[in-house]
Amino acid sequence: MKDLLNRYGLLLTTVFAVLTGFWILVLVVLPNIYLFEHSFKPYLPVAELGGPKDVYSLDNYLTFFRSPIHISVFFWTVIYSAVVTFICFLIAYPLAYYLSKVSARALVPTIFLLLFVPLWVSEVLRSFAWFIILALKGPLNASLLGLGIIEDPVRWITGFRGVIIGLVYTYVLFMLFPLYNAIQSLDTNQIEAAEDLGAPWWRTHWRVILPHAKPGIASGSVMVFMLSAGSILVPTLLASTNSRWFTEIIQQWMFESQDWNTGSAYAFLLLILCTVFVSVVMRVFHVKLSDIAK
Amino acid sequence: MSAGVDLDSVSMDFGTFRAVDNVAVNIQPGEFFSFLGPSGCGKTTILRMISGFIDPTKGAVRIGGRDMKGQRPNQRPTALIFQNLALFPLMPVWENIAFGLEVRGVDKQKRRARAEELLHLVDLPDAADKAVAQLSGGQKQRVAIARALAVEPQVMLLDEPLSALDLKLRQHMRAELRAIQKRTGVTFIYITHDQGEALAMSDRVGVMSQGKLQQVANPRDIYNNPANGFVASFVGENNIFTGDVDGTEGNLARFATASGTFTARLGPAVTQGMKARLFLRPEHVRLAPAAAGANSIPVEVTDVAFEGNFISIHARDAGGQVLVAEARNDGATAVPAPGDRLHFIFDGQNAVILTGDTAARNIDE
Repeated sequence: MKDLLNRYGLLLTTVFAVLTGFWILVLVVLPNIYLFEHSFKPYLPVAELGGPKDVYSLDNYLTFFRSPIHISVFFWTVIYSAVVTFICFLIAYPLAYYLSKVSARALVPTIFLLLFVPLWVSEVLRSFAWFIILALKGPLNASLLGLGIIEDPVRWITGFRGVIIGLVYTYVLFMLFPLYNAIQSLDTNQIEAAEDLGAPWWRTHWRVILPHAKPGIASGSVMVFMLSAGSILVPTLLASTNSRWFTEIIQQWMFESQDWNTGSAYAFLLLILCTVFVSVVMRVFHVKLSDIAK
Repeated sequence: MSAGVDLDSVSMDFGTFRAVDNVAVNIQPGEFFSFLGPSGCGKTTILRMISGFIDPTKGAVRIGGRDMKGQRPNQRPTALIFQNLALFPLMPVWENIAFGLEVRGVDKQKRRARAEELLHLVDLPDAADKAVAQLSGGQKQRVAIARALAVEPQVMLLDEPLSALDLKLRQHMRAELRAIQKRTGVTFIYITHDQGEALAMSDRVGVMSQGKLQQVANPRDIYNNPANGFVASFVGENNIFTGDVDGTEGNLARFATASGTFTARLGPAVTQGMKARLFLRPEHVRLAPAAAGANSIPVEVTDVAFEGNFISIHARDAGGQVLVAEARNDGATAVPAPGDRLHFIFDGQNAVILTGDTAARNIDE
């Protein structure tokens, strides 16, 4: 703080502090406290607010556990978010390795630029684009048919397929960057040492590069998983009739039933249960929280 | 088990830069061979060509008589010890050592046993389960050697592995490396810019400059009979006189310089009338109060450094050139003082006339 004062003077420092404080307090903390408080309250007509029925209870949370359908939706949301995370890893790892250890230094900024360009378009538009690409008579089927790879058009947007494709596309970069940083920090001599000692390429990856990249894999995975499980846009646009995402149920409570209290309870359940799931997975893979912060 | 390494006129170009220029040397099985040269002279490139990370642009690398072209490092019978050692920090010591066996499908019990054996060999018996980070510099060094030995290489390649150690440890590890080499009989190819290391450990030394091999010889010949000005000036200290060859008498020649005319041995490829340099080691200079018949330079002492086992005397001759003499300290040697007027005297057999550039590092600077 003293450092800031010395560097920017009283006025600027105050402005920074107030703006940051406003952001954290008013835009993040207060709304969450509000929702958290309301998640324990019953949904009552205006006339009964503050009346004898307006007491705190766990009813909203129990609603979830009493509904097998909601539990199943939550279950599949977690499963498919994990699938998305894994696919993102499969795509990002070779790319991260290539960018950090194989490609010419001069090429890297160009490749990063190419990877970034799609991010300049809004997520809504990009998801819509996939909706078009994946349509039954869309360009993907047309090309595959044209190339003779498939004989009949594939119904891409069925089950969770469209959602998975959309989420992978949207969040793969969140896996790429931590992985890139992690692999980048590995001493290239170690890769060469492994090869010199006789290791084939896959064993060098398995024994030297992957273990070194573990913190990067962990932080990338946590980000992709949490973002996927919490995504509303992609499931809304690319889901089919037989795939529901847990966020859609929260949205239904909030906007269709107008029951913000139960919606809040579901939102916090999503947060808590996903955190528990991530913690368990981290424990299984021996990843410490401090690794992720690296 | 060891193999010879035959560098058959190898060159290596990086773009337009020729890092290694037509290097030809035949390294014998079981030999301790050092490439000595300043940084950027191409010695590391040679090591990477032998280990297989790069293939030469021209020429061939043969190990045990077999052309290695297109063979990746994991297919070659070599093991490389990196300058920064490149131990795997996430594996305990024994897994580091056994890594080469692991990739060869040796089962865990045998790997562990072999790792323990090698740890005994490098005198580090209790380190098997330690983490790499717990080891000291010298211990890491030993683990790196053990890891390389575990794959039973026919040729061991060492890229300045002692440069990160402090002086005492470095001297100790020199002897250790030499002993391990003798014990295992493996061909050692050692890269260094430290002449002391190269001279003390090697059977033969190849001195390199600007991608070219300047001289290949045993350490005594490198020091006593340098092939050219670069080798003479890179290895050891010298008093250097520029001048012309004025006439020859047997293997000695008269050499005219600004400091006077001297007689000295004629180096290879130096003929009468040639511009050349005379190289005189400081330890071959005698100090005398009066002039001698030949090879005598009147000087005034400017600085005297008492180094313990020897005394280093800096002096200036009539032409202003700074000269250095080194006298062994036998306890009775009179130490001159600055301002003393003396004569530097040397035997013509101990000085040599050579051509070629000198290394950037010499005592005039």
